[in-house]
Amino acid sequence: MSDIEQIPVTMTVNGKKVQRFVEPRTLLIHFLREDLNLTGPHIGCETSHCGACTVEMNGMSVKSCTLFAVQANDAELTTIEGMANADGTLSALQEGFRQMHGLQCGFCTPGMITRAHTLLQENPNPTEDEIRMGISGNLCRCTGYQNIVKAIQYAAAKLNGTDFQEAAE
Amino acid sequence: MNDMTPTREQREAALEGMGCKRKRVEDIRFTQGKGNYVDDLKLPGMLFGDFVRSPYAHAKVTRIDASEALKLPGVIAVLTAEDLKGVNLAWMPTLAGDVQMVLADGKVLYQNQEVAFVVAENRYIADDAIQLVEVEYEELPVLVDPFKSMDADAPVLRPDLDGKTEGAHGPRKHHNHIFTWEVGDKDETSRAFAEADVTIKEMISYHRTHPSPLETCQCVASMDKVNGELTVWGTFQAPHVIRTVASLLSTIPEHKIHVIAPDIGGGFGNKVGAYPGYICSIVASIVTGVPIKWVEDRMENLSTTSFARDYHMTAQIAAKNDGTVTGLKVHVLADHGGFDACADPSKWPAGFFNIVTGSYDFPAAHLEVDGVYTNKAPGGVAYRCSFRVTEAAYCIERAMDILAQKLSMDPADLRIKNFVKPEQFPYQSALGWEYDSGDYHTAMHKAMDTIGYRELRAEQKAKQEAFRRGETREIMGIGVSFFTEIVGAGPSKNCDILGVAMFDSAEIRVHPTGSVISRMGTKSQGQGHETTWAQIIATEIGIPAADIMVEEGNTDTAPYGLGTYGSRSTPVAGAAIALAARKIRNKAQMIAAHMLEVSEYDLDWDIDGFQVKGNPQARKSMKEIAWAAYHAPPPGMEPGLEAVSYYDPPNMTYPFGAYFCVMDIDVDTGVAKTRRFYALDDCGTRINPMIIEGQVHGGLTEAFAIAMGQEIRYDEIGNVMGASFMDFFIPTAVETPHWETDHTVTPSPHHPIGAKGVGESPNVGGVPAFSNAVNDAFQFLGSTHIQMPHDAWRIWQAAKDLGAHG
Amino acid sequence: MIPGEFTYHRPSSVAEAVAILANHGDEARPLSGGHSLIPMMKLRMAAPEHLVDLGGIPTLKGISEDGDTISIGAMTTQHDLIDSGLLSAKLPIIAETSRLIADPQIRYVGTLGGNVANGDPGNDMPALMQCLDASYVLTGPDGERQVAARAFYEAAYFTALAPEEILTSVRIPVPAAGHGYAYEKLKRKVGDYATAAAAIVLTMNGGTVGTCSVALTNVADTPLFASEAGQILTGSTLDAETVKRAVAAAEAITQPASDGRGPAEYRTKMAGIMVERALARAAERARS
Repeated sequence: MSDIEQIPVTMTVNGKKVQRFVEPRTLLIHFLREDLNLTGPHIGCETSHCGACTVEMNGMSVKSCTLFAVQANDAELTTIEGMANADGTLSALQEGFRQMHGLQCGFCTPGMITRAHTLLQENPNPTEDEIRMGISGNLCRCTGYQNIVKAIQYAAAKLNGTDFQEAAE
Repeated sequence: MNDMTPTREQREAALEGMGCKRKRVEDIRFTQGKGNYVDDLKLPGMLFGDFVRSPYAHAKVTRIDASEALKLPGVIAVLTAEDLKGVNLAWMPTLAGDVQMVLADGKVLYQNQEVAFVVAENRYIADDAIQLVEVEYEELPVLVDPFKSMDADAPVLRPDLDGKTEGAHGPRKHHNHIFTWEVGDKDETSRAFAEADVTIKEMISYHRTHPSPLETCQCVASMDKVNGELTVWGTFQAPHVIRTVASLLSTIPEHKIHVIAPDIGGGFGNKVGAYPGYICSIVASIVTGVPIKWVEDRMENLSTTSFARDYHMTAQIAAKNDGTVTGLKVHVLADHGGFDACADPSKWPAGFFNIVTGSYDFPAAHLEVDGVYTNKAPGGVAYRCSFRVTEAAYCIERAMDILAQKLSMDPADLRIKNFVKPEQFPYQSALGWEYDSGDYHTAMHKAMDTIGYRELRAEQKAKQEAFRRGETREIMGIGVSFFTEIVGAGPSKNCDILGVAMFDSAEIRVHPTGSVISRMGTKSQGQGHETTWAQIIATEIGIPAADIMVEEGNTDTAPYGLGTYGSRSTPVAGAAIALAARKIRNKAQMIAAHMLEVSEYDLDWDIDGFQVKGNPQARKSMKEIAWAAYHAPPPGMEPGLEAVSYYDPPNMTYPFGAYFCVMDIDVDTGVAKTRRFYALDDCGTRINPMIIEGQVHGGLTEAFAIAMGQEIRYDEIGNVMGASFMDFFIPTAVETPHWETDHTVTPSPHHPIGAKGVGESPNVGGVPAFSNAVNDAFQFLGSTHIQMPHDAWRIWQAAKDLGAHG
Repeated sequence: MIPGEFTYHRPSSVAEAVAILANHGDEARPLSGGHSLIPMMKLRMAAPEHLVDLGGIPTLKGISEDGDTISIGAMTTQHDLIDSGLLSAKLPIIAETSRLIADPQIRYVGTLGGNVANGDPGNDMPALMQCLDASYVLTGPDGERQVAARAFYEAAYFTALAPEEILTSVRIPVPAAGHGYAYEKLKRKVGDYATAAAAIVLTMNGGTVGTCSVALTNVADTPLFASEAGQILTGSTLDAETVKRAVAAAEAITQPASDGRGPAEYRTKMAGIMVERALARAAERARS
């Protein structure tokens, strides 16, 4: 192994406090996937374009392929594994993605849902354009986004206690 | 009868069978981050493999020195071609009858070609070690332009083929020539051209692009040396084929190789082939005795593991003055890169490109394809299309527009005039196919009416006049595309992969309690097979889809199949599923007859069970029959209730569709905005309309990307440009247009459930719709053909060349 | 794509950070948002032996007003810039530009300081800062100095910033109330650098341009302050002839690379179109 000293990091991930020693160059995505076995966030492009690695850090959506784990020291992180309701049922977003067929291969889905979660925290009633802008850091190769937009609208309606009206085609 | 008895409708709905918008079962795990993709796999002692790659497009490799890399703690081994020669794996056969280097054997033929394979404790150390492997290269002249491949003085790319005048597909006429493939009647076609009132000729290029699924290609190979068994988990669209190839190459008996394709993060044709990463991982595991993981990065994916298209098609049409087409001539120059690693059925060097007559009744046609080598990555995969079908559809749909322009006819009217007529099906095309069914006229008229085609043309005319008057700098294009696909490879009489006929298979087991496990030879990469296959079974045997588990991708448990690509799953495996289910229903009928003490001929099938003719109260549900099959089968009958079916399709299926694209183009910036896109698809019987719509959305989005800018470019010395998601155009939700979908239903007459397949239609029909829209917009300024991709600068350039910038 | 090894430093003050940088010279790099540097490190095109994370220095964050100047801490993110009430009142062009940078995730971590300091000609903020006549506060072992944005950029990735210095804040003179502004960016897709972009800030007196400054993004190896274009427009009524001359003056100073965004000729022309369109929007806003 190298001469570089391992550094202790502490963070709260999906509500649980974790402590590990890491090499400074360890990318957050590898820390989550390899050290914490949270394989929900994925690696798609490695250059911060695709968003498959998106996690929530201190209330912000971030691309964990372009952050070092040490930069997340003391942070609160939520990954797709922490998105379900407390009782284990699917969250409004997870349900929305299923109901509206907002996913196909599923590879972008964890990042997409995690991003949408933060988006709805900041803007509980987004317009279609705001949703499209809001998820523009997440690439999907399968769906063409149209049903992802609907899935997020479905979740917004559910969280707001209103009826989701699917736009007429 | 009491009120609790469910109605027929309720029983039918409870099945969630064919035609139902069933929600996907896969989504339960995917929405929770509990998918199981290759890179999620961790095995004890697992090492990581990674490649040293060539910075040069064409060079001799004179020395590889791994000594510094091997000194790095955590580095286990560095494999080179010399090591692979020991196990006879320095080269591997390709699906197209060529051979391909696994690791550079004395030279490299394209940038980023695999030179050495580093094995280390983890991916960090492997990457460090790559920097320490010293490779000496001696640069050679680079051949990038396929039009120069067969120049007399073109550099020799493949000294290994020196003196080989016969290739896998006939004679080679130059050292960089791979094959010539000829179809059709040349003389008759020449006569048609000699007698034509009007002819057109255009060189139509379909640029090089890449399928680029969000998950790259990856694998874990694990050799159990004690038992002599190899297990390979990988991103395989065709796991059984990988097993057979692995056995043939490694000489490990096929029953001792276990290939597992877990969840796959998109394929689009990228994950059909066998790549050096798989071979090296297997060899490294054999050498080290521990599992090896290989995960390519995005740059490696875009620059090495296959490309799509790179077809340069010269199309000529002969026609009468009234627009009736009389002949079609096409010559294709096909750039295959450094090796011919096309993923086509083995006898088809240009895939099914001879579908190029499209939806039109050409009495005569002739096609010639020349494949050539260049210093580019090998591949030529079917990126979301059947084999070379999107190229063919693009070629004919562009050419028909050009003919319409020459005849001053409306392009939709020209198409309608030449459509194969409903009464002509099954239709024999001039290039050798038998189209199974179609009603093109109905589809086209429905599409034109829905989009308001004539009104759009009137609006376009008004805008053109406004542009001419200098009142606007925006012009409008209407793209018309009417495609006929050919999918479902394929009948054993003409389709095989390395000798294995392209059947597919299904196995269905009904458990005593009436639930089901079923396995197929296909492999979903997002198509939702776990959901839709269960729907076919549910309708066929009357067991709710919710009680049917579908499993794919494990070669130990699934029956042999050729995998999922070329829209073949529904046409081939879908048929096998229906037929296996019918075997079960036939046996169930005999069991029910025994239970009800009647002749099996006295029973009618009724949604979810059998009832006695004329006495519907006397019935047995499938659940009851399943129990009886294990508990008290009729005397002399084998217990149990299961079936296997291997389906060799009698013909391909021919989905079709009418697509319209309305585009507004800013002449000053070249920015094109899609105002409307309407896609009408006819894929025969519709199994799950929700999933069909999703497939169409996705395919259209890929078509949009390809037509409007998605390109793998090379500079003049063979550097691959822009092999990252910064430059390689994958549209976000912001750029992606809104999609309008529609359908007609013309079932396939030869398919057990009449289904044709749909996943690739939107790509096949979408690309010409976008390109025709751009081209249509510029026609009034005197343009005949503008090459793809239509990114902003190229549109601007076209506008400039036409004098539109004043 | 794995970065090489480095020693990680997380100073809690600017002085401490500067000391570390001074100690290691060329072998150290400051890390702000990291979305330019980390991809370069993953490609091994950058391999600093010491990485100095500025994320632990609270004084580098924040937006404040001091008389006629707005001061923005280097570690203020694009997300913060979009969110700021002060900026939306006084310098709305900053939020407009920020929204066109990268994508939502990157804007949460991408910083103003990183965007202006690393010298990437593709970045949007440098031209905007030139347009606004901002100054950069550079802090080194010998204390602070200020360098005008218009004098900061030397070549691609080469700036007036010394290796042992940190760009700690950006000082922007507040434009006159009622000024017009626009940032026009042509790009292939969300997340892309500009094919060409133009920033314009102007004031109008009746129908006449009072002041006007123009700057261009990604059409040379540095951001370009188009002083001549601004001078041509100043005092004009934005008549077609003058606009045409200003556009030509802006185009004349471009020296774009030919790349996937288009050949140099196209990018030069697009710089002109962006100027024209930004001007129209800015004038519209100034009048309204």
